[in-house]
Amino acid sequence: MSVAASRLRGKDLVGIDPLTPGEIQLILDTADEMAKIAERPIKKVPALRGKTVVNLFLEPSTRTRFSFEVAEKRLSADSLSFSSSGTSVEKGETLLDTARNLEAMQPDFIVIRHRHAGAPHQLAKVLKASVVNAGDGAHEHPTQALLDAMTIRRRRGRLEGLVVAIVGDLQHSRVVRSNVMLLHRMGATVRVAGPPSLVPVGMEALGCEVYHRMEDAIAGADVVMMLRIQLERQGKMNFPTVREYYDFFALTPERLRLAKRDCLVMHPGPMNRGVEIDSRVADGPQSVILEQVTNGVAVRMAVLYLLAGGNGEPTAD
Amino acid sequence: MKRVQVLDAAGIGKTLARMAAQIVEKSPDERSTYLIGVQTRGVPLARRLAALVAAATGVEPPVGALDITLYRDDVGPWRAAHRQPVLRSTDLPERVDDRVVVLVDDVLYTGRTVRAALDTLMDYGRPRAIRLAVLIDRGHRELPIAADFVGRVVPSSRSDDVQVRLRECDGEEGVWIEKEVEG
Repeated sequence: MSVAASRLRGKDLVGIDPLTPGEIQLILDTADEMAKIAERPIKKVPALRGKTVVNLFLEPSTRTRFSFEVAEKRLSADSLSFSSSGTSVEKGETLLDTARNLEAMQPDFIVIRHRHAGAPHQLAKVLKASVVNAGDGAHEHPTQALLDAMTIRRRRGRLEGLVVAIVGDLQHSRVVRSNVMLLHRMGATVRVAGPPSLVPVGMEALGCEVYHRMEDAIAGADVVMMLRIQLERQGKMNFPTVREYYDFFALTPERLRLAKRDCLVMHPGPMNRGVEIDSRVADGPQSVILEQVTNGVAVRMAVLYLLAGGNGEPTAD
Repeated sequence: MKRVQVLDAAGIGKTLARMAAQIVEKSPDERSTYLIGVQTRGVPLARRLAALVAAATGVEPPVGALDITLYRDDVGPWRAAHRQPVLRSTDLPERVDDRVVVLVDDVLYTGRTVRAALDTLMDYGRPRAIRLAVLIDRGHRELPIAADFVGRVVPSSRSDDVQVRLRECDGEEGVWIEKEVEG
């Protein structure tokens, strides 16, 4: 296992890709301590007192936005949330103009969710504030991957040497990209599986093994991570019917028996019960789905705290 | 640079024994005492004091560890710290409410760490009282803070480096003061 870094080098968190194993470990170690704050009588520390965070959510999100907001409040930061409906974005302002206008109000952080890959990276290059990617298109969702890793590490004590199977819509998922990079970098074996129409070319280059039969991917796995079928993004259906998808790619109690006996069941949410995951599994004893939500707050606290030093190197091309 | 030893291993042992006796003497009752060490070197010192208190009273007081990083005043808006300090573990095995907490640290200097520790503790509950025990008091307070139990007063100038080394975290044991030699 690598040794934790003593700081994050960059001013921003635009993805898992720029992080070293030591930096990932520093974030996870810090998050473990942040998690304890939620168990105290007073769930708030003054670490980010006087810092301003703008949550710029230009694509619908409930869980991630709430999670960031809770994290910001627990650190005593002042936060403002901004969504695309009813704002200047709807009036045709460009992202860069929106961001420059927000920066004129001197925020210390901009947390951004955007439907286009690379939007956070573009902002990070031009803004003085620290930019945190809360999901950009089908590209990256670094805090999701970090909270998944935190959840696994707290249950298993390590990431190295574990077999993690990620199953579902790999084409439209930013979660899978960030997760594959993080887990691979930390020494886990990552297997991915999905219907051929939802497996993008070049997945192997991220550091994973690609399977087309779900059973092969989850056999003997330590962790099974189910991805949401993004029904709203299936403009042209990539599989015949939801029922058929369930038959081949849903995590059912029968399929879960192929994995290790104590295999963890994860899902980034929101779940489509009866599509990619059976309720008996989602609510079963191996499910850590709600722990993922709890850990999400701690991971986001850790990221904000570690970036708050304000002396990180700017994000480059 | 001139490095002078202030206490050796035996000296630290004797000093802690005296401090433990004072803690016992000042305790309203044996069951209320709760020793909480400030990370990092306050924690092994709190453990050693707890063992000495237990030997004298027959009651083993609980020992906690407190990380004050998130309450520090030398990071964030007040000073452009070079980096965010790494968090250490806070571990309080029992609630602090209605206990007489003895906060333990290795060196008392500006008092700013103690201020941060007091604020941290207050967010965990409402102790009956908080006392302060330090192995070394080197002076130069910047806040109105005083220790209740002091191992050794070491007059120093601000440019001196006071080094406490404990076998639990440093592999050696002793207290040294390193002075800049003039001329």
